Amino acid sequence: MGALVMSKAITIDGKSVSFIDGQTIMDAALAAGVYIPHLCHNPEFEPHGNCKLCIVSVNGRNMTACTMPAAEDMVVASDTPELDSDRQALVQMLFVEGNHICPACEASGNCQLQAAAYYLKMLSPHFMHFYPPREVDASHPDIFLDLNRCILCELCVRASREVDGKNVFGISGRGIGTHLVVNAASGRLGDTNFAVTDKAAQVCPTGAILIKRQGYKIPIGQRTFDHKKISEVQMEPAKRTEPEHE
Amino acid sequence: MEPHEFPHIEQQLAPVFERHGCEANQLLKILREVQEIFHFIPPAAITCVASHLGVPRTQVEGVAGFYFFLSLKSVGEYRLLFSNNVTDQMQGNPELMQYFCHKLWLESGKVSEDNLLSVDSTSCTGMCDQGPAALINGWPLTNLDRDRLDMIAALIHDKKPVCDWPSMLFEVKDNIRRAGTLLGEPFEPGAAIRATLDRGSAATLMEMEASGLRGRGGAGFSVARKWSLCRASPGDHHYIVCNADEGEPGTFKDRVLLNSYADLVCEGMTVGARIIGATQGFLYLRGEYRYLLKKLEEVLARRRVAGLLGKNILGETGFDFDIEIHLGAGSYICGEESALIESLEGKRGRPRNRPPFPVTHGYLDQPTVVDNVETLACAARIAIQGGEWFAAIGTTQSTGSKILSIAGDCARPGIYEYPFGIALHEILDDCGAEDPYAVQVSGPSGILVPSKEFGRRISFEDLPTAGAFTVFKRGRDILQIVQNFARFFAHESCGFCTPCRVGTQLQKKIVDKITHGHGTVYDLEELKHVGHIMQSMSHCGLGHTAANPVLDMLEKFPDAYEHKLKNFAFEPVFDLDGALETARKITGRDDAWAHLS
Ligand SMILES: Cc1cc2nc3c(=O)[nH]c(=O)nc-3n(C[C@H](O)[C@H](O)[C@H](O)COP(=O)(O)O)c2cc1C
Ligand code: SF4
Ligand code: SF4
Ligand code: FES
Ligand code: FES
Repeated sequence: MGALVMSKAITIDGKSVSFIDGQTIMDAALAAGVYIPHLCHNPEFEPHGNCKLCIVSVNGRNMTACTMPAAEDMVVASDTPELDSDRQALVQMLFVEGNHICPACEASGNCQLQAAAYYLKMLSPHFMHFYPPREVDASHPDIFLDLNRCILCELCVRASREVDGKNVFGISGRGIGTHLVVNAASGRLGDTNFAVTDKAAQVCPTGAILIKRQGYKIPIGQRTFDHKKISEVQMEPAKRTEPEHE
Repeated sequence: MEPHEFPHIEQQLAPVFERHGCEANQLLKILREVQEIFHFIPPAAITCVASHLGVPRTQVEGVAGFYFFLSLKSVGEYRLLFSNNVTDQMQGNPELMQYFCHKLWLESGKVSEDNLLSVDSTSCTGMCDQGPAALINGWPLTNLDRDRLDMIAALIHDKKPVCDWPSMLFEVKDNIRRAGTLLGEPFEPGAAIRATLDRGSAATLMEMEASGLRGRGGAGFSVARKWSLCRASPGDHHYIVCNADEGEPGTFKDRVLLNSYADLVCEGMTVGARIIGATQGFLYLRGEYRYLLKKLEEVLARRRVAGLLGKNILGETGFDFDIEIHLGAGSYICGEESALIESLEGKRGRPRNRPPFPVTHGYLDQPTVVDNVETLACAARIAIQGGEWFAAIGTTQSTGSKILSIAGDCARPGIYEYPFGIALHEILDDCGAEDPYAVQVSGPSGILVPSKEFGRRISFEDLPTAGAFTVFKRGRDILQIVQNFARFFAHESCGFCTPCRVGTQLQKKIVDKITHGHGTVYDLEELKHVGHIMQSMSHCGLGHTAANPVLDMLEKFPDAYEHKLKNFAFEPVFDLDGALETARKITGRDDAWAHLS
């Protein structure tokens, strides 16, 4: 890799961040240890760009950091009170759209939606709750699928397609009726070839996909986000994979 | 009958696969046919289609669940969809729908017990100048009234196939009230292609540049620029797409162009194809206009015979180009160019992440131009008469003419072509608008203009428009109009991104709350807040513009909502009386005693 290639850079919140062609703003930021809030992005999969938490202001225009290719001389603002307030509103929207009863949820403390809410200093869901009727599917021997907590990030969809090569999950409906579907005529997870060892079983940011018989193994208070911020946790994989690979 | 047993599905669908082949990008076409055969997409058909196309079942279910004209539950042999555009609403469609439901003991959105029929409402069907309108199994019904609905009820009762219904029910008029250079002058098929061949592609592109032609679909992007970018993009194939999705409520000018000026439009596509180097074009026709399909196919066939499409067009060796028509299936977002391309590829109509843009990575990731119907018609005229001629019409930044679809409170609704720069009050005089109070320019995603601004002009620099022009007279309830628009966006959000999927719902709920008399000042602030989030965080133009009518009302029409507000700062959204609705339905009561307030 020539020095010439490495010399390209963007600025994020005043900090110069180098990138190579093909990297998104998010890739460049993560590699440089600059945190941009995100929920639907996971560097292990193709970027998707639908939660919109990662929106940053690029030369004054809002752009989705996880899908926008970095380009020379972009001046990016991310850590601003305005953007964080808009991001907080997005998290609130995700909360009221589904049914998130955190105190009664097995994912509490390990949930990125919850952690993002802490990070963005969300004190209440603010908007009116939708209380949508959603399915809970316990048909699979090893996994619960609780759509009440699904935020439609499609991480499971991507993991199953890209890593497991199975396409266990997909998205149907539209608008507010958009929902996760599974690859079975019965509509039941138990009738798919989903396995607890699948990548797709490990990637859900919330408590929508839960592995059975693991409940409360780690007590509340000792879970991931009980002692770490989402920014620290989400930065870990990028830092780990980058130097170790080569 | 239990409509879920389909032992012979393979045999039943065999001819469909025969017709469309087994490529994954035929999925939408195949599902449209499945819907026609079974009146819904049964789970067995999803499995069968998935295995034939070699795609995951989830993909088929995803597409089947996305489009409004496809359904995963039975909608009956007859599906009557009342157009719910604001003009249909003013013409009495909600009452007509209620009348029809009452008469046949139906509940909207539910299929009758004998699985014969269902009634529902649908987004604007593009018949605003001849409403109230509806669709019966996808065919447009115009000028509805109780007599016609009685007739329709009888036809359904007798199980008469829709193709045998009296043709007067389906009459669609052009209503061209004012023709300019685009609509008024004669056109000889082939003339634009010949001019392009004589002049050469590069020189014709220069004419487009000189004409200043900008896209008529809304965004107003320079046509010469788009075509040059695509022409310069490397790719195995180049494509040109005519965007005939015309989904913006209140717009119906593309319907008229396709009905009576199809040659001009095809010719514009062919000129574009020559310039960008495309051999294949698509015309994406909104599902609501499927009644035009046969006529358009005939035009294409005639043009092939005349050597204007197909191989070696007009004898020019190697100039091969043909057009295929794709039908939409009830989705406003499919008018957005990247969603349209997804839909052409047989997928859910969800806007792509950009970049890359369609000019470099469009249909099948190849360089693709997407242009509006009217834009292409203009391009054909420019190819013949030159850029300078065109640039002399209109204003400096908005050259040429604009076709308006005028409807609402006016004596002469229909199609009006004006040079750009025309003032609203002149248009209102021409169409016989009596005591106009407001005009919705360019549909719900456009601008709501109050009467004191009627001196403003139709142009990219002042009031840009994709063509809708809906007139409201004094006395019309602006809040009710805005409520209609808020519902439209909530219904049509593709659901991909958080701000638009949730924001359009929040907006609808808050506007409903104010309409029902439960709103407070707090809710106005809340509308602004939600509007801001949609504008700044959404993925595509739908989300970016979905708050426009609400914000316009808040800013320019305080009279519309102030008297509706409660006097205190906040009232919870929970509506005690509303919660009794289920009980009212079950008991069949709706009298005063069945209500709390
Ligand atoms: C939600 C949405 C709906 C749209 N619907 C249409 C449409 O029905 N017809 C159309 O020509 N353009 C529509 N557009 C604009 C297209 O994305 C695109 O800009 C246009 O087809 C380009 O053609 P033009 O340059 O000739 O205007 C829509 C855009 C959005 C965001
Ligand atoms: S999934 Fe997360 S946000 Fe939802 S209830 Fe569980 S902990 Fe709370
Ligand atoms: S189940 Fe989990 S991973 Fe899958 S889309 Fe829903 S929230 Fe995302
Ligand atoms: S993280 Fe970029 S849109 Fe979700
Ligand atoms: S779904 Fe189109 S803007 Fe979000």
